[in-house]
Amino acid sequence: MRPFSYQRVTDPDAAVQALGAAAIANNPLTKAAAQPLAGGTTLIDLMKLDVMRPSAIVDINPLASDWSAIEPGGGALRLGALARMSDVAAHDEIQRSYPVIADSLKLAASAQLRNMATLGGNVMQRTRCSYFRDVSYDNCNKRNPGSGCAAMDGVNRMHAVLGISDQCIATYPGDFAQALIALDATVEIAGKSGRRSLPFAQLHKVPGNTPDIETSLQPGELISAFAIAGRWPRSVYLKARDRQSYEFALSSAAIALDVENGTIRDARVALGGVATVPWRAREAEALLKGQRFDEGLAQRAADAAFADARGRRHNSFKIELGKRVMARALQQAVTMEI
Amino acid sequence: MPDSSSSRPSGFDRRAFMAGAAGSALVPITARAATSDASIAASQDPSMPVDVTLRVNGKDKRLQLDARTTVLDALREHLKLTGSKKGCDHGQCGACTVLIGDRRVVSCLTLALAAEGQEITTIEGLATDDRLHPMQQAFVDNDAFQCGYCTPGQIMSAIACVKEGHANSDADIREYMSGNICRCAAYPNIVAAVKQAAPEIMKG
Repeated sequence: MRPFSYQRVTDPDAAVQALGAAAIANNPLTKAAAQPLAGGTTLIDLMKLDVMRPSAIVDINPLASDWSAIEPGGGALRLGALARMSDVAAHDEIQRSYPVIADSLKLAASAQLRNMATLGGNVMQRTRCSYFRDVSYDNCNKRNPGSGCAAMDGVNRMHAVLGISDQCIATYPGDFAQALIALDATVEIAGKSGRRSLPFAQLHKVPGNTPDIETSLQPGELISAFAIAGRWPRSVYLKARDRQSYEFALSSAAIALDVENGTIRDARVALGGVATVPWRAREAEALLKGQRFDEGLAQRAADAAFADARGRRHNSFKIELGKRVMARALQQAVTMEI
Repeated sequence: MPDSSSSRPSGFDRRAFMAGAAGSALVPITARAATSDASIAASQDPSMPVDVTLRVNGKDKRLQLDARTTVLDALREHLKLTGSKKGCDHGQCGACTVLIGDRRVVSCLTLALAAEGQEITTIEGLATDDRLHPMQQAFVDNDAFQCGYCTPGQIMSAIACVKEGHANSDADIREYMSGNICRCAAYPNIVAAVKQAAPEIMKG
């Protein structure tokens, strides 16, 4: 690990100041010289691998006193960015009114990592692409723009089929983000020029020609909270993976439905494990709305969600798997007792 | 404190930064110098260690550490508490699991500096006099290990698993202990050990 300076901050302004001090125009956030430390489960790991090379660490954990509230109520939800995954997953009201959130958190990582990792850090976690994580591979457009992509013609079984470009097919690895994007969450951001908020759907960026730019956050900015309107008791997170626990998704689906007298009034569908970013399947939602549920409808919605999917040598199975996971998750959401 | 920075491409300097931050809640900690192209706050002598006090098994331990030192390395290399094991050193295997406060964490991904002021409990802190902790005794009783390398992490994790209320069924135990890998595959006996110890631990 490369040397770094360590600072601990106890208020948001100091954090933004310390992080912003190192910000350079057009410097991708992931390459910024100063990085915030929350749970550390991504950052310290990638620093040990020499993938991330910050020269300053700003420990923002003391901000938890302001930024870790779990606040359901009034038909809405606000989650502090420094709330730990395990605490949110175990929260009674989250389990009752937002099962898609509770399950997306519970099914991720291990008990130890969920105790450490924060919500803000979770959505900012970086891809598990093995060619990205191992610096002995020369070709990674995400690490070294313009160097090529070793995954394209490498072992790409875990890679994405949606949102890909000819520069990068690295999968967004998280689970919680699918719940957020499905529920139209808003991200609250603290930065040098004050607070701003952003639809969660605008936080992550598809790779395109700049796979090194992963989010729309600027260096010096910090996520302070997530906000969700409405209650979503009829919601599920279904995750298919190579082993039953402690594994990233091969394919996952976050579904939230509003069903009245058998008719789907509103439908939210997001997909994980198959895309380069948290993936909202709006084509599928449009097909579902106003309809009565049956297996044929689920199949048509799943076909629509994966219409633009493109597999490579080892990951084409994810297209069929993804459709089946989505269809099963829809079935579960329709039939669940609330 | 020596100011070793000679060029500041961004026009930002440590003294101005410190002065500006003086009234705010910034806690600067002397650490290794920044060597990147970006000019940021700290420019201390990179050969200088950082003073840190870790509270381990109820005792304060004063250490001088490289800022990069993890809790795991502080325990093993500096405090000679080698019970916590280094398996993968990347948060994947659980062999380094300790309790910080009442929460189980992987000590290999926790910076020692970030753990200052918190209570760290390791496998060495469990037994009282000549009496094993109920979870240690349960692992012995159930032969819940073969080579034993993962065992300290398994035991620390298992204690937290019980206290979290996640040891109510075999399925629960398997799910909530999945962060502790056992290469010898002693899993059935580990589940049995957790079940044996759970009632006694919950009783307090």
